[in-house]
Amino acid sequence: MEALFSLIPLILMFPFAGMLINLFFGRRLMVHRDSVTPGVLASLMAGASFVIAVLMFIGLLASPEGASVPLFTWMSLGSGSFLLDIPWKMKVDTLSVVMMLVVTGVGTLIHIYAIGYMHGDIDEQINKRGLDEAAAFDFKRRRYSRFFTFFNLFLGSMLILVTGDNFLMMFVGWELVGLCSYLLIGFWFDDPGKGILNSSAGRKAFVTNRVGDFGMLIAIMLIFWSFGTLQFDDVFARAECMKTEPQAVCLTRSAEEITPAGGEGEEGEGHSALSGVLARLKPSEGGPEGPFATLIQIGPFALTLTVVATLITLFLLLGATGKSAQIPLFVWLPDAMAGPTPVSALIHAATMVTAGIYMITRSNELFAIAPVSGTVVAVVGGLTGFVAATIAVAQFDIKRVLAYSTISQLGFMIAAVGLGGYIAGIFHLATHAFFKALLFLGSGSVIHGMEHGHHHASHEPDTGHSHDHEFDPQDMRHMGGLARRMPITTTVYIIGALALAGIPPLAGFWSKDEILLDASTNNFLVYILLTIAAFFTAFYMGRQVFMVFFGKGRSEAARHAGESTPVMTVPLIILAVLSVLGGLMNLPFEGAHQLGKWLEESVRFAHIAGFNPSVAAISTALALIAIGLSWLVYGRKPLGEEDRDPLYGAGPVFTFLNRKWYWDELYETVFIRPYMRLGKWLADTVDWRFLHDFVHDSILAEAFKGWGLILSKPVEAGVIDRAVNGVAQIIDGSSRGLRRTQTGYVRNYALAIGAGVIAILLFIILRLL
Amino acid sequence: MLNEIAFLAPTSWYIILSAILFALGVAGVLIRRNAILIFMSVELMLNAANLAFVAFARTFMDLGGQVFVFFVMTVAAAEVAVGLALIVSIFRTKQSIDIDDLHQMQG
Repeated sequence: MEALFSLIPLILMFPFAGMLINLFFGRRLMVHRDSVTPGVLASLMAGASFVIAVLMFIGLLASPEGASVPLFTWMSLGSGSFLLDIPWKMKVDTLSVVMMLVVTGVGTLIHIYAIGYMHGDIDEQINKRGLDEAAAFDFKRRRYSRFFTFFNLFLGSMLILVTGDNFLMMFVGWELVGLCSYLLIGFWFDDPGKGILNSSAGRKAFVTNRVGDFGMLIAIMLIFWSFGTLQFDDVFARAECMKTEPQAVCLTRSAEEITPAGGEGEEGEGHSALSGVLARLKPSEGGPEGPFATLIQIGPFALTLTVVATLITLFLLLGATGKSAQIPLFVWLPDAMAGPTPVSALIHAATMVTAGIYMITRSNELFAIAPVSGTVVAVVGGLTGFVAATIAVAQFDIKRVLAYSTISQLGFMIAAVGLGGYIAGIFHLATHAFFKALLFLGSGSVIHGMEHGHHHASHEPDTGHSHDHEFDPQDMRHMGGLARRMPITTTVYIIGALALAGIPPLAGFWSKDEILLDASTNNFLVYILLTIAAFFTAFYMGRQVFMVFFGKGRSEAARHAGESTPVMTVPLIILAVLSVLGGLMNLPFEGAHQLGKWLEESVRFAHIAGFNPSVAAISTALALIAIGLSWLVYGRKPLGEEDRDPLYGAGPVFTFLNRKWYWDELYETVFIRPYMRLGKWLADTVDWRFLHDFVHDSILAEAFKGWGLILSKPVEAGVIDRAVNGVAQIIDGSSRGLRRTQTGYVRNYALAIGAGVIAILLFIILRLL
Repeated sequence: MLNEIAFLAPTSWYIILSAILFALGVAGVLIRRNAILIFMSVELMLNAANLAFVAFARTFMDLGGQVFVFFVMTVAAAEVAVGLALIVSIFRTKQSIDIDDLHQMQG
């Protein structure tokens, strides 16, 4: 089975190859206006990655410890115990394979969906811009291939993230997915009218993520300073060692040398199998409990192991809140809905946003040393789940509801991993990927149907609606009665909604229930928050389903909507099946728990939960009550065309929820506006008036000119000229004086001769005397 | 025979006479304005030198002094010839042989 593991680099090669081919040849591959070649190519690459992931799965069935497949050494700096050795190794273990399967599996389905969706989206843009035949074809070629280039790049980046063997490789993938998110959210950056909003949303996502990345980087640096390495296995082994022995001793050890107290004499394979070794060591056997007082030297500070671990994990949490849209860095995700729907489905529901949960699960050893951080994580998750669920109740854009729902569900997952329920968190990650992708793709189908209807309606002579009418195909208030017009979409959407609401026996029930069970036993506050969030979840999904699909169409577009093509509906059906059957992965009964047992191999502090019938009953009952409530409000008497949402009756509460708890406005006032003012002040006053006008013009230029004047007048004219002229004048004067001996009178010359003779004679005579 | 009975004047008297003549000549050159008179003074200086030569030739019984007088006289004659030619041509130009009128080569 070793040989299978060495195939893992292919999982990266396929998406990047697809990206490169689409980048350079994508346009050429589209031979006519309806060609789908770039999309098919990208989907094939995604499918190939899925095949590799399945092969890894099969390999792990035989040898569950997995392997680390080295590719090459990226950098190797320093020496001794602080050797920064970053090889690019790809980690194949049960946790990363679960992530790989989810990412590539759901990713492939969304790629296939996007083949059809993007054609429609680009056609919509072509109509908006009024391009002619040739320009339209060129536009479509460029944009279509560009989309799939970015999509494959994203898939490759996400796979780098989950297959990284050390914190830095994970961070590389982390940043790359952030980049892809930016590129894809701002895909329609030049949309006439909405272009600036799209690119601002992309920028908001990138910048907010960056704040989280800052936390992540500090955590990585702290990890290196404390443990001298960034490899997962080595870090965790040294952390384990430092529980009992001092730092200096542990820094010299690597993962292979540290064997547990029980001593596993035989190893299946000779390679580093720390994750397997440590995983077989149950937490209770791991050594001493409680706050660890081993001192760790970080620069000039000496902190205890527990404090250091707490700091590291809190900064990791900051990174996770950025990527997984938790409080306080969740504000980018609703705006990110500006991107095309497949982007929202893949990146912002199923994969990128789950990176934070994966990262925390991967670092479970560190969280085990710092129980305080775990509580913080859980509370953050719980609060986010609650806040986002309340906001979702009051939104009118179909994708916004789903966006806040995603934030809320991510809160569930973060709360789960914070409480130590790693299996529950990953389980919910997987099931959520299924039904949230389903819901997003379904909403894409609905939006396309609405746009179809809008076109048909405006072309009919008796409707009287002009084409330039401000039409938002995503506004639920204009939908209604779509069940009759789009039956397949309706069916799968309802399945997805029920799964999200947590109705047994669909997938969402099992995973959500496991989280609630963990919360009920560990942290009652979080349990209450999550339960209320679950109640609201069911309510807003019911509200959405009733508003969109039932009743009568509230606009011409809704009345003329049409079903989507099979290339879009087939992935929806597959995802619906997964949403129904996904619970089988980890049923909480004796003998089941497949996923749990699977993950236990890699995640040492995972624990298999039991099943508490009362918790399950409470959550199911609340969900049913919520759905019943939503039927009472929206289903029994469906909204008519001019009716206002009955929730407006709640007055200021509704406005508060509708305006997202004024969170963006808060950030705007507290952070953004002062920052912009500071920037403007620095630019105008400091840079322009001070540096440019004052320092440069008044001081430097004037000094230069003054110096030039000094040099020219007194120095040049006064001194140098006078010196040179003076020499000439001396010569002139002396020559004038000497010229006076040339009188021209012969008698003077004769006198001179005589005087000279006498002088010489005197000289000779006196000398002789 | 002539040397033993004739009273010979001491050589120093001849030299003193020569010096006086020479000084008179120099004075004449320096004072006179007429070009011809300057030449006469120069002749006087030359002859004073001749006298000194002859006196020393007699004193040291060396005929070299006597011979040299011939040279001096020849040179004096040649010099006068050239000088008088110059004076004639100057007179033709400036109608005057007052050397104070000849100061054009001045600075």
